[in-house]
Parts: sequence; C-alpha cells; structure tokens
Amino acid sequence: MDTVDKVNQTVLLKKGAEASLFFTVWNGRKAIMKVRVPKSYRPLALDEQIRIYRTIHEPQLMHEAKAAGVSTPLIYMVSVPHSTIIMEYIEGEQIKHLLKAAGKHERHELCRRIGISVAQLHRYGLIHGDLTTSNMILSPEGKVVFLDFGLGEKNSELETQGVDLHLLKRALQSTHFQFWEECFQSVLCGYRSVLGLEMAEKVYEKIRQIERRGRYVEERKQ
Amino acid sequence: MRYDRKLALSGFCLGIESSADDFGVGIATFNGEILANKSDGYIPAEGGIHPREAARHHGEVADKVVNEALQEAGIKPAELSCVAFSQGPGLGPSLRTGATVARVISSYLGIPLVGVNHSVAHIEIGKLQTGVQDPVTLYVSGGNTMVTAFESGRYRVFGETLDIALGNCLDVFAREAGLKHKKGLPLGAAIEQLALEGEKFVSLPYVVKGMDLSLSGLLTAATALLQKGECRLEDLCYSLQEHAFSMVTEVTERALAHTEKREVLLTGGVAANKRLQAMLNIISEEHDAKFSVVPLQFATDNGAMIAWTGVLAFRHGLVVPIDESYVKLRWRVDKVDVPWIQ
Repeated sequence: MDTVDKVNQTVLLKKGAEASLFFTVWNGRKAIMKVRVPKSYRPLALDEQIRIYRTIHEPQLMHEAKAAGVSTPLIYMVSVPHSTIIMEYIEGEQIKHLLKAAGKHERHELCRRIGISVAQLHRYGLIHGDLTTSNMILSPEGKVVFLDFGLGEKNSELETQGVDLHLLKRALQSTHFQFWEECFQSVLCGYRSVLGLEMAEKVYEKIRQIERRGRYVEERKQ
Repeated sequence: MRYDRKLALSGFCLGIESSADDFGVGIATFNGEILANKSDGYIPAEGGIHPREAARHHGEVADKVVNEALQEAGIKPAELSCVAFSQGPGLGPSLRTGATVARVISSYLGIPLVGVNHSVAHIEIGKLQTGVQDPVTLYVSGGNTMVTAFESGRYRVFGETLDIALGNCLDVFAREAGLKHKKGLPLGAAIEQLALEGEKFVSLPYVVKGMDLSLSGLLTAATALLQKGECRLEDLCYSLQEHAFSMVTEVTERALAHTEKREVLLTGGVAANKRLQAMLNIISEEHDAKFSVVPLQFATDNGAMIAWTGVLAFRHGLVVPIDESYVKLRWRVDKVDVPWIQ
C-alpha cells in the first residue's frame, strides 16, 4: 500500500492560504493530497499546534458529517507527522462557479440544498467553520459535497451555529454580491425545512445578534 | 454651490480627519501632491478615549491645525476648491466636531463639501503613497481590523474582526500591564519593545473563523495570566503579539489566495509594528505578491488621506449639500461606491 512518503507524481492544484492541494493517484484511485505546509511567519510552537490540530480534526469531522447525512470526500490516509491528508478526488464543479453561471431558479435550488446540508450538520452537533462556495462541489450524481473542515468543530451551541451561518452570509456577500441576498434567503429556506421554523428562528435571531456585535454595523444598538 | 467641471481638473482640497483621538488637516492638489499634513492628538489622562473629551480637544485645536496646514501648503483659504471631511465611521462627538469645522469652511468660502469614508481614505492614501494599484489591504488600528480588496465598484471585506480591533486589543493589554504613553508613541509601541525581550512562548487562544477572527478571548486570556503574575510581562507581550499577528496574517493570506491579487498593502496605526510587517512580507513572497507598508504619518489617522480621497470623490461629482452632511457612525467600507476605480 502506498504511504505518504511513496506517493509521487503529484500535481499542484491549488496553493491555498492554509494548505497546498495536490492531485495524485493513491493505490490506483484519483486522489487529493492536502498538505498543511509549515508557515514560517508564525512561531514553530504555534505553527505545529495549528497544523497538527487541524490535520487530526478535519478527517474526524468529515467522517461525522457523513453520519449526519452530508457528503464529504472519503479519507484514504492521514499522516499527522507530515500534516497530510489523502482523500477521494471529487469530480464536478465548485458551487462558486456554478452560482455565477446559473439562472435564478437553479441558484435557488443549489442554495436551498446548501441550507439543507448545513442544517444536517448543525442538527448533528457539527460546525463547518468555513462555509464558502469554494468549499462545496456539485458532484456528477447531483450531490453537494462539502470540503475543507479544517476550521470546523464539534459544537451544538446556538452561538457557533449562528457564526457558521453568518460566515456563509459574509462569503456570499463578498463573492456573489450581485445576488447574495436571494442566495442567502434560499439557504435559510433549506435550513428551515430541516430544523423546523422554531429552531431556525432561534438561529436567525442569533445571527442578528452576532451582526450587531460587529464593527460599524448600522443596526447595532448603542 | 455647484460642482464645477473646470475646477475638477486643477485645484486644492482641504481634508479634515476627526473620527477618533486625532484632529488632522491635510491639503492635497488635484493631481495627487500632498502639500500639508498636520495633526494634533488628544492624549487621555487615563484609560482609553473619552469621546466627549476628544471632541472638546478637537474643538480647541481646530483653528490652529487648519491654519498650520494652510501655512505649510503656502496657500490662501480663497484658493481652496473644495473641503472634505471624515464622515464616518468613528466616534460621534469627534466626527461631528470635524464635520462642523468643514461645514463652516464650506459655507464661508462658498466651496463644495465632500463627505469621505474613513476606511476608504486609509486605502486610497496608502495607494497614493506606495504606488500600489490593486492591493489586498490589511487595515489594523485602534478601531479597525479588516482585510479588503476591490471588486466590482467597491472595496469588499474579505475578513474582519468579529469583536474588538487589533490596536484596541494591544492598547487594553498595555493599560492592564500599567504601561504608559511614551512621548509621541502609542501604547502598542511599548508592547512591541517588550516583546523583543520575550523568550518563552505562552499558548493563548487562537481564533480564526472562516475569513474572520476574534481577539476578545485572546485579550481576556492574556490579561488573566498577567493578573496571576506567573508569567514575565515580556513573554506575555511576545505571545500576545505572535498570536494576534498570526491570526490577521492567516486571514490576509486567505484573502490573497482567494482574490489572487499581486499586491499586499499594510496600513493603520498598527502597521508601524515591525514584527507584523515581517509576517506579511513572508506571505506576500510566498504568493508572489508585492508587499508595501504605508509610511507612518499616512498610516495613522491623518488629514491628508481625507483631502486626497476628497479629490477623488469630488472629481466624480460626489459632493454633499450641507443640510445632508450628517455624520455616519457606522458607515461600513463595503457600503461605499468608489467610481474612480475602473
């Protein structure tokens, strides 16, 4: 069986801020190798702490997300000393690109399904921690696959659920500013369909509270 | 008072900045020369900024600073083409004092009034002074911590603090530690000095949530350790800086990777910190981006940035009638159209 050391013929797909993503072949399967490279800007102790923590937690959360009913890539291998995760390569297209090209009806449907998945995570006590449309892929089977759980956590508090959705809203605002409101409404529509009106209302109220806490928000109370 | 197309080609703009503790007046020419940049800062006897006292200070020094600026620029009031003021965001009493001074100048001289967004002004003067064109900007000060980049007509926020600002975090910790203002230096500089002698890395909360970050837990934890008295102050200053700066650097790097821009700009009062500059330089190099720091006199709150942004806005006819020139305490940078960028 291939180990992390022996995986070769890798192609750099994306040099993200936190990790580099390589396309590779792992035991005959198309795979993604996610390497959290050391960051020389921060102290060694902090750097190792962050990379080890995220390398251990990400696969755990991805695994639990499946139990919650949300599609995530299969984990093939984890190497903590290399802060590397090898996982299934998901065919398909990033939601970010799809939303930009989609018509109104299609956008609503995609966003509604994102909302359903987020609600499934929350109901199961999982927080994604970095909900952006770059971190979601629509597979050829039509499933929305969630990626990048590096900033996620196990947590059932209303506060963290509110922050999770608030971050998605902020990501829509900066990336899909032409129609972010419509997208976010569709997300909430899907979210509500899973958690029920009462629970969803509580989370919305939390989002409003979190926003009022922000800097220079018009709605903020004195 | 009407926008005059001829004036838009040549002229002088006087800008007034008064959003927080500094009262600043700058004068810019329409082709981007800064002729004057004068300021007088309010230093609290104790604690942080008291809004009423800051406003009182601004009112007392206003005519002095305006005159100094005109003198430095070597122009007469009658030669001014427009007057710009920091319309928000910021502290109400402080903003209103600057706005009042600007309205008086506008109506006395019969020249147009231009309302400028404080955060946009920080970015624009940074671009003017460093020559960068289209940067990812990290703006870190006592009141702001945000990562912005231009996208479709506005500066969009790609990351920001969910609670307190970075400069605020450092200032409060410094005050808790009993550090005093050294002449002309902010409290953050005292922390930077002590941090250089830090040896032991103390683990504190590191909170990055998606694009955003949170500093309040870090401040609480550092303050609690300080009060326990088991850690050296130098080690705490060092660890506080390393955690806080790593967070803003990680968020900036995410914005850089996401937007794929080729320039990084650091501005705001905390931009003076050498350690923060070094961290951002590293990520910029890793992403083949050019890193620039705004010179200190233009990185802290200053009148020149308002004057220059006033020029940009005025040239696009963005003048504001006096009776609509109320200040906007919560005017987010991503609510402002910037038509001068193509």
